[in-house]
Amino acid sequence: MSMLKAENLGITFGGLHAVEGLNLEIEKNELYGLIGPNGAGKTTVFNMLTGVYKPTTGKFYLDGEDLTGRSSIEINRKGIARTFQNIRLFGEMTVADNVKVGLTNQVRYSMLDSMLRLPKYFDGEKAAAQRSDELLAVFDLYDDRDTLASNLPYGKQRKLEIARALATSPKLLLLDEPAAGMNPNETAELMKTIRFVREKFDMTILLIEHDMKLVMGICERVTVLNFGTELASGETSAALNDPQVIKAYLGED
Amino acid sequence: MNYKNTYVRKIIGGVLCFVAIWAVVSLLIVTGILPRSVQSLTVKICYYIILALSLDLIVGYLGDLSLGHAAFYAVGAYSGCAFAVYTNLPLLPKFILALIIGGLCAALVGYLISSAIIKLRGDYLAIVTLAFGEFIRSFVKIIPGLGGTKGLIGIPSFESRFGSFTAAYIVVGLVVLCIFNFTHSRHGRMITAIRDNAIAAESVGINIKQTKILVFALSSFMAGMAGVLFGFYKTTLSPSDFTYNLSIEVLVMVVLGGMGSIRGSIIASVIIVALPEFLRGADNYRMLIYAIALIAMMMLNASPRFIALKRKVSESFSQLRARLKR
Repeated sequence: MSMLKAENLGITFGGLHAVEGLNLEIEKNELYGLIGPNGAGKTTVFNMLTGVYKPTTGKFYLDGEDLTGRSSIEINRKGIARTFQNIRLFGEMTVADNVKVGLTNQVRYSMLDSMLRLPKYFDGEKAAAQRSDELLAVFDLYDDRDTLASNLPYGKQRKLEIARALATSPKLLLLDEPAAGMNPNETAELMKTIRFVREKFDMTILLIEHDMKLVMGICERVTVLNFGTELASGETSAALNDPQVIKAYLGED
Repeated sequence: MNYKNTYVRKIIGGVLCFVAIWAVVSLLIVTGILPRSVQSLTVKICYYIILALSLDLIVGYLGDLSLGHAAFYAVGAYSGCAFAVYTNLPLLPKFILALIIGGLCAALVGYLISSAIIKLRGDYLAIVTLAFGEFIRSFVKIIPGLGGTKGLIGIPSFESRFGSFTAAYIVVGLVVLCIFNFTHSRHGRMITAIRDNAIAAESVGINIKQTKILVFALSSFMAGMAGVLFGFYKTTLSPSDFTYNLSIEVLVMVVLGGMGSIRGSIIASVIIVALPEFLRGADNYRMLIYAIALIAMMMLNASPRFIALKRKVSESFSQLRARLKR
């Protein structure tokens, strides 16, 4: 069974068809790219898959379970986690605490436990600290764990966002332009990290990206969107060489 | 790192501080060194600290602006004190039960109100809470048995200043401990996460609505207990004790104390309650000086140099502490 399946997914805002008739099928452990020119509706797709927007048509399934129309919270608990195009960290919290927020639903104890410092609190905090240290180590952020998130350099902020998303133990990870604003060296490092994440956590990853080098470097398959509709999809190199796709990106002769 | 040990060490330090302050103030009260007017201030400071800390949960940690904190305070005061007036029990159990009842009633109202207005944010929330504060104040006037505009009278009280100070002080200690524990936990992180970035908080599975209601209820519970302390201290309650002026005054304490800082809120409450009293000598210019002092403190608090100075002081303190440990 595929990890994520979207059937005829679409959404309209007033009269605007932001996304129309999108079909996606992503296998477990696959690295899948969602690309397209600006305004093609890529982030809107992410917003539908994470419950920020309710799709007006179609359905989507995670691991066979219909999640269409569920709230963001439910969808996250079911196993879809995301990062944002414009980084959204908890700026006034430390790096470690950012990850621990991601662990909120993984490591639980009640309000009474925390107010009265019952044994469950200490067990929970210990487990959360351990897990967050592990995740931070993976992303090379361990030494920054007591820094405020807003004081991290840009590249590390992107990594921290991925770490936080992984803390929710997702089945599917959505990365919204992870390489935006990165220089070529940082991008190369990011590619390594993404590959590593996929192997280490046995993760299925869907990513939006403009950096074609990154897309060609790591995505096995892609779907190309333009004006909310699917232009092409399939093996990365084949899809990118599709004449329609070239036309959409570069225009006609 | 062992969480339990570091926590226990911190708590022992806090408790020592707590007891030391209690001993000094009690001594000053019992020996009569403090003038009567200042003696009564000690209790007032206690319930203002609770008010400020509870509002800080909403304003500082959750990042929502509430201008109706006096309402929860009033609900707690009236329900707890009405219980005390209409029942026949020895003073101490009566006091403790009144605290719990006042807190629970206020928490219930806080829960109901916040569930109704949870979608509102910023200015809108501020205005609605402001209106709600006035609503409660008018509402208690028409409930039979609460004394109407004349007020609820005959609330029992501790016989000595020492007794009422000690009782209030213990409640403050418990509240500070609970708020410290609460904010340094999974729940505290959830709240701060919502304040810092609500969309991201939702994306990691935090139920914003539920969490906000929880914070409002908890905050109201504490404000309600402060109300009971107030009633037991003053022995009469009238609706004019709960105007929006009070909500604003508490908000000033929270902002002045640096939002989201327990220590700051406590210090600010002490200063703001004590300041007008110490300026009594200046008579006509009292409120003028008070206002100027407030403005000056706000400006000072926001100035980068003062912030740097504060950091330096706290750093040297922690260095000192490290040296002492060795």
